[in-house]
Amino acid sequence: MLSKRIIPCLDVREGKTTKGVKFQGNIDIGDPVDMARFYYEQGADEIVFYDITASSDKRNIMIDVVNRVAENIFIPFSVGGGIRTVSDMRDVLLAGAEKISVNSAAVKSPEIITQGAKAFGSQCIVLGMDVKKVAPTKTIPSGYEIVINGGRTYMGIDALWWAREGENLGAGEICLNSIDADGTKDGYEIKLTAMISEAVNIPVIASGGAGKPEHLVEALKKGKADAALIASMIHYGTYTIPGIKRELATQDIKVRETW
Amino acid sequence: MIGILDYGAGNLTSVMRALKYLGYKSIITGDTEVLKGCERIIFPGVGAAGQVMEALEQNSLNVLIKEIFEEGKPVLGICIGAQVIFEHSDEDNGTACLGLVTGDVKPFKSDLRDEDGSRIKIPHMGWNSVDFKIEHPVFSDIPKGAEFYFVHSYYVNPANDSVIAGTTSYGVLFASAIAYKNLVACQFHLEKSGAPGLAILEKFCTWSGRDA
Repeated sequence: MLSKRIIPCLDVREGKTTKGVKFQGNIDIGDPVDMARFYYEQGADEIVFYDITASSDKRNIMIDVVNRVAENIFIPFSVGGGIRTVSDMRDVLLAGAEKISVNSAAVKSPEIITQGAKAFGSQCIVLGMDVKKVAPTKTIPSGYEIVINGGRTYMGIDALWWAREGENLGAGEICLNSIDADGTKDGYEIKLTAMISEAVNIPVIASGGAGKPEHLVEALKKGKADAALIASMIHYGTYTIPGIKRELATQDIKVRETW
Repeated sequence: MIGILDYGAGNLTSVMRALKYLGYKSIITGDTEVLKGCERIIFPGVGAAGQVMEALEQNSLNVLIKEIFEEGKPVLGICIGAQVIFEHSDEDNGTACLGLVTGDVKPFKSDLRDEDGSRIKIPHMGWNSVDFKIEHPVFSDIPKGAEFYFVHSYYVNPANDSVIAGTTSYGVLFASAIAYKNLVACQFHLEKSGAPGLAILEKFCTWSGRDA
């Protein structure tokens, strides 16, 4: 039986790790390669790098980070942020990433999902979704809307519809980020997570809001997620991956405990 | 020198990186002369059986793999490389494969349920355990409870149970590790399975090709 995956997320800006709280006030907290190796040794099941470098002429810095990570850690890792074309995807995969995550580029040009899946296989393509809770309307019947630009731009797209559409277009996995919960440490958006997990047949990674191990238990049990993304709760040493996994195991969640 | 078989598909660099990390020199090549000069061969990759067999045949690599296997050199298949060593795959409307090992390759059925009763998702993607069944130099001293990283929608179904080195449960119990003569094969990605995966890879790098 598959283990539930615990996935540290590292935000990287111009080659340095940062963690934003609600996408504002980023602070550098380390070197992404060192942090990735640390989490690898601590038993992370996968690592997500999110490139938040603003200017496109500095993208090659991220490719260098990906190369160095790939030489040092031997678990799957994915890279998202700023990937707009199949050529961008190829650069990241050749540098050693296992998966690429597309978010706003997929909202703007959904065909990139299909193109990526055809070129590299669905298992390589993660659809990143940034979602905000709204009042249900005819356009947004689920009450969850797709947003981009760190939550500043509402796209008029229903999150439930987009998740199913992403699967149909060829995405192999969904990374579901609640902008409302992100950075709050108050717990994942469980209702949203359960709704999307039940609607698709591809794995769903819960993201946004993790502050303590019980939050992961909720996301993996009630939220029916296949994996849980964590960031600040481990970046500042409040919790450790082995500690979180032990806690999940006591709650009868199957996790990888030997590495 | 370890030859990593390049058949023009899939990302092969991660296997090379893992070997480099372990201190072994390797070359990614589809050149039959270079591959013949290698002391051992790794056949890795992701992809679909039809496309992989077509690529192998175009470059006469299907013949070469058989020759290298019959010579007795150690051969390691990973993921799709662990599937096309069998006789036939159901993938791509049925694909004739290399036939180094008797048996075929079947798809996971979507109505299967995992041990906790939940409907399985396809592909089988993530960490799962392997129950190693036999004593074998490449699959020895693996820590109890070790898990490995899988990404696949088809699984191998050997005709002869004696080639099964390890099994994994995902809706069905399937052969996830194979050992036959100088050939070993893993459905899981040794290069992405952390320390236990690297340990198996390292044992392959020093293996004589004899199973005892």
